[in-house]
Amino acid sequence: MADTVIEARGLTKVYGSHRAVDAIDFSIRRGEIFGLLGPNGAGKTTTILMMLGLTETSGGSVDVLGFDPVRQPLEVKRRVGYLPDAVGFYDHLTARENLRYTARLLAIPRREAETRIAEAMESVKLADVLDKRVATFSRGMRQRLGIAEIVMKRAEVAILDEPTSGLDPHSTFELLEMIRGLKRAGVAVLLSSHLLDRVQSVCDRVALFNKGRIALMGTVVELANQVLGAGHPILVEATGADVAGILREVEGVQTVVPEGEGAWRVVADRDVRAAVAHRIVTAGGALTRLADLQPSLEEVYTRYFEEARRAA
Amino acid sequence: MRRNDSRAARRQGSPFTGLGPVFMKELSDHLSSVRMMVLTLFVLAFGAFPVASSLQTLRTVVDPNSFLFLRIFTLEPEQVGISFIAALNFIIPLMAIGLGFDSVNSEFNRRTLSRVLSQPIYRDALLLGKFLAGLTTFAVALVALWLIVVGAGLLLLGVPPRGVEVARGLGFLVVSVAYGGVWLAIAMLFSVLFRSTATSALCALGLWLFFFLLWPQLASAVVSGVAPSEIRSLEEYAAVQDIAMGLMRFSPGTLFSEAVLGLLSPETRTLGPMLPAQMRGAIMGAPLPFDQSLLMIWPQITGLVAGMVVVFAAAYVIFQREEVRA
Ligand SMILES: Nc1ncnc2c1ncn2[C@@H]1O[C@H](COP(=O)(O)OP(=O)(O)O)[C@@H](O)[C@H]1O
Ligand SMILES: [Mg+2]
Repeated sequence: MADTVIEARGLTKVYGSHRAVDAIDFSIRRGEIFGLLGPNGAGKTTTILMMLGLTETSGGSVDVLGFDPVRQPLEVKRRVGYLPDAVGFYDHLTARENLRYTARLLAIPRREAETRIAEAMESVKLADVLDKRVATFSRGMRQRLGIAEIVMKRAEVAILDEPTSGLDPHSTFELLEMIRGLKRAGVAVLLSSHLLDRVQSVCDRVALFNKGRIALMGTVVELANQVLGAGHPILVEATGADVAGILREVEGVQTVVPEGEGAWRVVADRDVRAAVAHRIVTAGGALTRLADLQPSLEEVYTRYFEEARRAA
Repeated sequence: MRRNDSRAARRQGSPFTGLGPVFMKELSDHLSSVRMMVLTLFVLAFGAFPVASSLQTLRTVVDPNSFLFLRIFTLEPEQVGISFIAALNFIIPLMAIGLGFDSVNSEFNRRTLSRVLSQPIYRDALLLGKFLAGLTTFAVALVALWLIVVGAGLLLLGVPPRGVEVARGLGFLVVSVAYGGVWLAIAMLFSVLFRSTATSALCALGLWLFFFLLWPQLASAVVSGVAPSEIRSLEEYAAVQDIAMGLMRFSPGTLFSEAVLGLLSPETRTLGPMLPAQMRGAIMGAPLPFDQSLLMIWPQITGLVAGMVVVFAAAYVIFQREEVRA
């Protein structure tokens, strides 16, 4: 298991009588983006702090790059980059001065630090504000500066806590692109978010968190299959024929649900797009849209907990 | 954050990793801050009056044996009614509080704490680096002030200080830094205890006022409570005074003024059981040699340093247990 960078076993955190993190197990591999997703108060931040040795564990263990964060926090923190929830910088200092301070704490030689800082700021598109005070930075710029710090650190693992919260859609998109950039550079990324749909597109695997436990873990498609049932959901928009009737005839189709005027959501046990197109066109219908639907994590999450509640 | 002892003992790596960078950053923050300029102006304003009037008075004295230079510090000019050291007794805590009241909680409020602590350093280095940087800043300001006073003395009195006066003056600097260190540690303790910088400033200033205004009254109230209704002998009187002095010495200001009295008024032969205010002039005699004076005030110096260490340790222990998340 040489390519496992983080491995948690029975990791637990108890505050008084409240189990904030309740015996969770997971592992993160080199070069993947792993999403720790769940509502506020689920225990995501607590899990992250335990991985960094910033809060003590109450039970279980976690291994980060072969080190134990409880006993060897300095070794862990040398190799792991952390972007806290709503990260802060010293407002009276410039971006460069802020990163310089971090570089000194990391004992990076001065010369090298300067080149690394310039490169890192370039990579997050902040090169033009390198010598501006951080006080003038927007929320999105601060988050990017936090990413730049991780890039400068040459971290092997990046842990990002709610990296997109409070950002507008455009900044979110940019930031997610930078997170993909980290992955391309070979960094294993763990990110947490309470906004499931926003980050699901970047995550290779996700863990759905609820009340201190991991409810589900796997790729988005795996989870969708597990919870929403196996199948390929597609969206069909067509006119000029008995579309619903035709769709039900297609081999492999399981459900057909109308989605507004002239649109249907179809779930089949295989990819039926070619067959659907052929049938509608030969029946004289006009096919205006035929789309492969991504399963929505939000839907997976809601459905899973509805069922869990019903079962209870 | 609870760090159980067996685990803390087994943690690896030096607790001082990163101390240097923290110290340098905090020092440069202090030295370039507006707050530092305000504090300096404040000290100059408060120090200038007593020193200027002392110098006026001393220009008329022509006695080569009378520790002329030291009297710039200790003389209580009639126009001002307060000596330079009495002003410092009052001002030093204020400076130290100004340097320390927001040192830890501002990192919480700026949300920089968890980011900084995710770099390879322990909390030990962060807290100690901040303390040492504050103390250094304070020492720099104090030395500057001291040089200004001595320089003004040289210019206006026209005679250089004797070697022993310089030695006693330097001793005074060391005692002042220790006194400032106590208050810096107190201010930092409050900055660890309270997330709000306003609350921690208020508490530190409250404690300062308490020691200056209420503590002497409280001490005498306690003493009159325990003292026999009628004091019949000198021994009884001395015993009561001892209790009073003991209580007063819980105030860092008392330790400071006693130590400074011993250093800057060489004729002081004993620090008890009378109150220091009654001391001056009461026992006039041949001045003590420097080492004898030092021996006499040693308990005071130890007390100040011990107070600084104890308060800092308390701040350290609390900071270790604190959650880093804002
Ligand atoms: N210092 C603390 N003391 C007591 N409870 C805490 C503390 N910090 C967090 N918690 C609790 O732990 C749970 C998990 O919190 P957190 O890890 O911050 O959740 P998330 O990051 O998923 O929103 C919450 O119920 C929170 O109330
Ligand atoms: Mg959180």
